[in-house]
Amino acid sequence: MEEMVERAHAHHVDPVVGYESSKFGMWLFIATELLLFGGLFTAYTIYRAKYPEMFHEQHLELNKPIGAINTVILICSSLTMALGVTSIKRGKQELLRLFLSLTILFGMMFLINKYFEWGHEFRDGNYPGTSIFFSLYFMMTGLHMIHVIAGLLVLAVMLALSFTGRFSDKYNTPVELGGIYWHLVDLIWIYLFPLLYLIG
Amino acid sequence: MSLLPEAASDFAGKVDHIIWFVTVISLIFFILVSFFLVYFAIKYRRKKENEETPYITGSHILETLWTVIPSILLIIIFAYGFLVFREIKTPPSNTLEINVTGRQWLWQFKYDNGKTTINELRVPEGKPIRLVMKSEDVNHGFFVPAFRAKQDLMASMYTQLWFKATKIGTYDLFCTQYCGTGHSAMLGKVIVMSPEDYEKWEKSEEQVATGAPSAERGKELYVQRGCNACHSVDGTRIVGPTWKGLWGKEEVMQDGQKVTVDENYVRESILEPQAKIVNGYPPVMPSFKGVVSDEDISAIIAYMKTLK
Amino acid sequence: MANHTIAETIPMPYLEEKGLISWLTSTDHKRISILYLLSISTFFIVGGIAALLVRLELLTPGKTIVDAHTYNTLFTFHGTVMVFLFIVPGLAASFGNFLIPLMIGARDVAFPRLNLMSWYLYIAGAIIIIASLLQPADTGWTFYTPYSIRTGTDVILLTFGIFVAGFSSILTGLNFIVTIQKLRAPGMTWHRLPLFIWASYATAILQVLATPVIGISLLLLIAERVFGIGFFDPAKGGDPVLFQHFFWFYSHPAVYIMIIPAMGVISEIIPVFSRKPIFGYKAIAYSSLAIALISFLVWAHHMFTNGISQLAAMIFSFLTFLVAIPTAIKVFNWTATMYRGSIDLKSPMLYALSFIFLFTIGGLTGVFLAALAVDVHIHDTYFVVAHMHYVMIGGTVMGFLAALHFWYPKITGKMFNEKVAKIAWALIFIGFNVTFFPQFILGTEGMPRRYYDYMPKYQPLHELSTIGSWILAAGLFLMAINLIRGLSNGEKAPQNPYGSLSLEWQVPSPPPHENFEEIPYVTDWTYGYGKK
Repeated sequence: MEEMVERAHAHHVDPVVGYESSKFGMWLFIATELLLFGGLFTAYTIYRAKYPEMFHEQHLELNKPIGAINTVILICSSLTMALGVTSIKRGKQELLRLFLSLTILFGMMFLINKYFEWGHEFRDGNYPGTSIFFSLYFMMTGLHMIHVIAGLLVLAVMLALSFTGRFSDKYNTPVELGGIYWHLVDLIWIYLFPLLYLIG
Repeated sequence: MSLLPEAASDFAGKVDHIIWFVTVISLIFFILVSFFLVYFAIKYRRKKENEETPYITGSHILETLWTVIPSILLIIIFAYGFLVFREIKTPPSNTLEINVTGRQWLWQFKYDNGKTTINELRVPEGKPIRLVMKSEDVNHGFFVPAFRAKQDLMASMYTQLWFKATKIGTYDLFCTQYCGTGHSAMLGKVIVMSPEDYEKWEKSEEQVATGAPSAERGKELYVQRGCNACHSVDGTRIVGPTWKGLWGKEEVMQDGQKVTVDENYVRESILEPQAKIVNGYPPVMPSFKGVVSDEDISAIIAYMKTLK
Repeated sequence: MANHTIAETIPMPYLEEKGLISWLTSTDHKRISILYLLSISTFFIVGGIAALLVRLELLTPGKTIVDAHTYNTLFTFHGTVMVFLFIVPGLAASFGNFLIPLMIGARDVAFPRLNLMSWYLYIAGAIIIIASLLQPADTGWTFYTPYSIRTGTDVILLTFGIFVAGFSSILTGLNFIVTIQKLRAPGMTWHRLPLFIWASYATAILQVLATPVIGISLLLLIAERVFGIGFFDPAKGGDPVLFQHFFWFYSHPAVYIMIIPAMGVISEIIPVFSRKPIFGYKAIAYSSLAIALISFLVWAHHMFTNGISQLAAMIFSFLTFLVAIPTAIKVFNWTATMYRGSIDLKSPMLYALSFIFLFTIGGLTGVFLAALAVDVHIHDTYFVVAHMHYVMIGGTVMGFLAALHFWYPKITGKMFNEKVAKIAWALIFIGFNVTFFPQFILGTEGMPRRYYDYMPKYQPLHELSTIGSWILAAGLFLMAINLIRGLSNGEKAPQNPYGSLSLEWQVPSPPPHENFEEIPYVTDWTYGYGKK
């Protein structure tokens, strides 16, 4: 046995490996999220091919302006998130706090819009179960909304931690990972918006 | 005990050929592997500690050999299986069509001339039959082991199955897609008749009314119409209430209403089962409107009266 | 990750610290592994009792002990618990957790806290699944729509439990991929890795990529019952076949999540007890990945009789035959490993050999099912039930028991009674075959699965099968008693009782907290037995 294993010097998990591991883990997690939504996108494709008229007629009932505004809001939030990550990588803690707050603000605005939009749909008598199209609409935007809320919770924790001075140009992995997650939330919406609101 | 049921359709023999073909290949591999496992385990059994063992890490020739040979065999089995499958799945053009409806938990067959049977499919020998099938509720599976034929019934689309029965006789029909409490009671018979008998049967009037509705006739209907899948006559609970002692009994409905089991209640329950549901039982009975005649209902009632 | 200097602390065996709290809060991968071992064993017993009741009911046609509805809830509960609470987490979460860091020369997994959280998610899911027993579902573990939409039983709670447990599976897989990729000791190159690691890696990929799909399917099924969204409900324009596609897109790879780790175990045990290098290392390593990859492309072979097109059936049948090839290679390579070895038939080896024997039967009967025309006849019959149990018990459970006996000294620091272990093995082996072999014949004769009642002509084989289930249960009981007794009565285990070259055997039994005093530097592969 001795010939196979030589003793190396004491070796600990170094920060570089830790950072790479975390980032790799996050990307794997993103892959699972895409597969989760992948099921809904598959259902969308199949039923759109099966019921083109239904999709055409009912997508007109959706509120395009609110959808568009929400798209812009999320794109802005992605921008502020990216700026936040860049700031902390340069060691600017105040800027990180500012941009995290802005991102959270945009996220909240998105949710408030969504609240009114859904309320409007309910008043018009459109519920999940009204038709396959509206079921898809509510399931897709609903699952996305859950992700927005989860993302906001993550960002809120980051913001709270940022006040402890924990993050710096040397250690900012959680912020970066939170950022990747937030971009995913944004990216999914970028697909949902045209699929549900624009093409019918 | 036989390993396969009797083969009574024209492709059953072909399916059996594949089964035996795969069995032989499998046995060869299985015996080969088990032989070497046992042989090595005995021959090279450790006799003392620190035995010298050779350092063999693999052999490209052997590994290629046991990759390529199974691959070729597997492709042959695949092709063989697919060719016969295509035959099973492609009905000829001159088929006799019969409509099959599956519902919890009975089979209904509708023939060309409007004749309907339940849990009993009658077909002529030697004529290709095409079954056009649909479920009315959940998934079901139509399976006649003797024909080596199986096809699921879906509520979302029609599915089809064809076969040509080659032997006169009566064969078991099973439901193979799990469909709830009465799944294992969703049974039927396929009766293969000579073409002449079939023609006679097809042309015969539904059931010749034989004077007064008899309990005998009711007993026949109890099985023919599939009542037995859900209602026992010996007091055990299957899905619905047992018929034993049911006649004249006062039952409590789901809404608390009390109903005495009389002629009108039984008639309503057969034609509009959902109208009154006995408390504690699921509302799952299908309607038999247009399937059982008034005479039939009277016969069933007569039968019920005998079940004290 | 601990950052203190090891030299300053005296390494303490991981089992040393006592107290429930220390167990429930430990992020040590070995302790988490024990948590999994205890919990999956518990659910194995729970699911096993349901199985015994199912078999007892089938002893005679008609009613034996329970009514039809209760029977249906019993086999549903048996299937769900065994699949989602025992065999999917099974080897991967228990032995994977214990062995991966030790085998690759790491102190722990990449994300130890996430690892502990995964266990809690698993337990949360398990509690929800058990809670569903208040109004047990009767859908079968496959939850086919529209029945699962219409039944009055509690499908929501059961599927939600599976959904939660699914997260545990995803996070465990993610953790293992990162660990294997990033934390290997210096010198531990991919081609020096133990084959169990290759197997775990392939399994983890499946867990990460397939589990989200069952997650969304079950979520949609729940939405179907709550809101009536109609995706899978033909009454609303939905398609029940779509549900089957979704379900099997996960559940077919899941079969490989269950079996690949067991294949990894066998690849570890055969060389040690034959004192021979594994025959054809690369073929076995890459065949795990090949199986994982192809397993994503065969799901519709569960659907040959539901009306999918002939073209689709042809493609899926062909791909299914492809999976058989890497599987066959493994079987041949394991057998060849024993050639001219110095074979010690200790209990782990007996389990490993019975794995090969039974798994070969399981695999070969899979060939029958893959052949389209034959599948038409035996689909949804007892043939499938037998095939699946030959793979899952004959394969995975045998692999699990092999692992349990093989690494028992390492995990507990004690030895068990070898003689009793062999008797238990014989009972399990005989009992298993008596239970499940007759079911192949029942299947070819046409007996459909999930039948509460059956025709009298099938009774003799059902009787045999039920008797077998009692022998199997007795064997498992004896095996468990023997291992439990070993904890208190067993001799102290040496560091490396079986003479393995793998890294986990080069640390004390039980291993210290943080595994290695110093991270080893690896200079050779794991299977250098007999190397001069």
